[in-house]
Amino acid sequence: MTAPLKDVTPAERARSTSFYEASARTRLELLLDAGSLIEFIGPEQREVSPHLKIFDLPEQFDDGIVVGHGRLDGSLVFVAAQEGRFMGGAFGEVHGAKLTGLLRAAREIGTIPVLILFDTGGVRLQEANAGELAIAEIMRAVMEARSAGVKVIGLIGGRSGCYGGGGLIAGCCSALAVSEPGRIAVSGPEVIETNRGVEEFDSRDRALVWRTMGGKHRRLLGAADVFADDNVQDFREAALELLGLVGPFGLDRLKAEQERLAGRLRSFGACGDAVDIWTAEGIADSQAVPELPADQFIALANRIGRTSRDAR
Amino acid sequence: MEDLSFRHPVRARASGARQSAIVGVVASGNLEVLVERVLPDAECAVDIKTAAVGFGEVWSAVIGDFVERYSPGGLRFSINDGGARPDTVSLRLAQAVRLIAENGQ
Repeated sequence: MTAPLKDVTPAERARSTSFYEASARTRLELLLDAGSLIEFIGPEQREVSPHLKIFDLPEQFDDGIVVGHGRLDGSLVFVAAQEGRFMGGAFGEVHGAKLTGLLRAAREIGTIPVLILFDTGGVRLQEANAGELAIAEIMRAVMEARSAGVKVIGLIGGRSGCYGGGGLIAGCCSALAVSEPGRIAVSGPEVIETNRGVEEFDSRDRALVWRTMGGKHRRLLGAADVFADDNVQDFREAALELLGLVGPFGLDRLKAEQERLAGRLRSFGACGDAVDIWTAEGIADSQAVPELPADQFIALANRIGRTSRDAR
Repeated sequence: MEDLSFRHPVRARASGARQSAIVGVVASGNLEVLVERVLPDAECAVDIKTAAVGFGEVWSAVIGDFVERYSPGGLRFSINDGGARPDTVSLRLAQAVRLIAENGQ
């Protein structure tokens, strides 16, 4: 017999809820302290895309992103969560403006961190120019918020991954947590295949896609700082851990990040496949990495430890 | 896209104190339902924007059945539909009524 729902603690519910499967709102409700989410520009305000009706496409009342504030272990945080099932979580004009506004508010206040739950294929093509501008505005807003002392944490584990402009914004964040199904890249598998040919990248080879863009590889490369198991409680704990780890941001840190990335290219630039990189990192049985359960993988990733506390 | 609108007299007011709630997502075969407690107790309204054109009669039957079964007095439902099947529509409407009947804002 399962316990009645009212006897289940929020932490238990969050632990048993797949981050990948949950909606943007459910992710936020379970990530934050129970009942603490207050939404800005909620669906009842019907701030929908001004472009989609031109294309005879359905709108969504929140334009595919929930922004607001809530509490994480008692402390105030700003949050944004993309809904990856609505148009692939893509950035349109309103969708982007909601995130830009949130980041600017965080910059003005200066002390409240921002959590961004990415779940996006990139720019919404029907809103091409407005969407591209939104990406640029958000990247600037992230860097301005960080310069003002705000920690900006990205959480990635949704069905659309974090692609296109979303990948660029993730690269601007103070720190990232990722789960195995979370993928981080700029060009997606089909885009690479279309532009460079199937010999360069076979988008139908799922194993290749996951080991090149998936959460495990991003963690081992140091692109993501923490690996989370696919449940909301693990992402909550990852967010708390990262908020404790992130240091001050300035020119020195940016130079250290540049040095880290240059070093990565020097070490692994000649590798033809992610498995070669893992071998070069000193993982004995690198072929087995994709099959490792989360707890064993986390132990391995912590041992390899490519995360630099000085960079980002 | 097609816009549809239904108005029904209702037996009783929907329970609960919440002012609004939202369920679902606009995706292929799915829909979102925004429900708001904004009407007189004996009225119910359902406004639909759907990507599947020409299914007005099916919508009418599904909404009629829903109003009869749940008596959602005082509620206005606004739907963005991505071509959901009737059973999915019924499910989302039922979820919306249940959610707005919970405690909270």
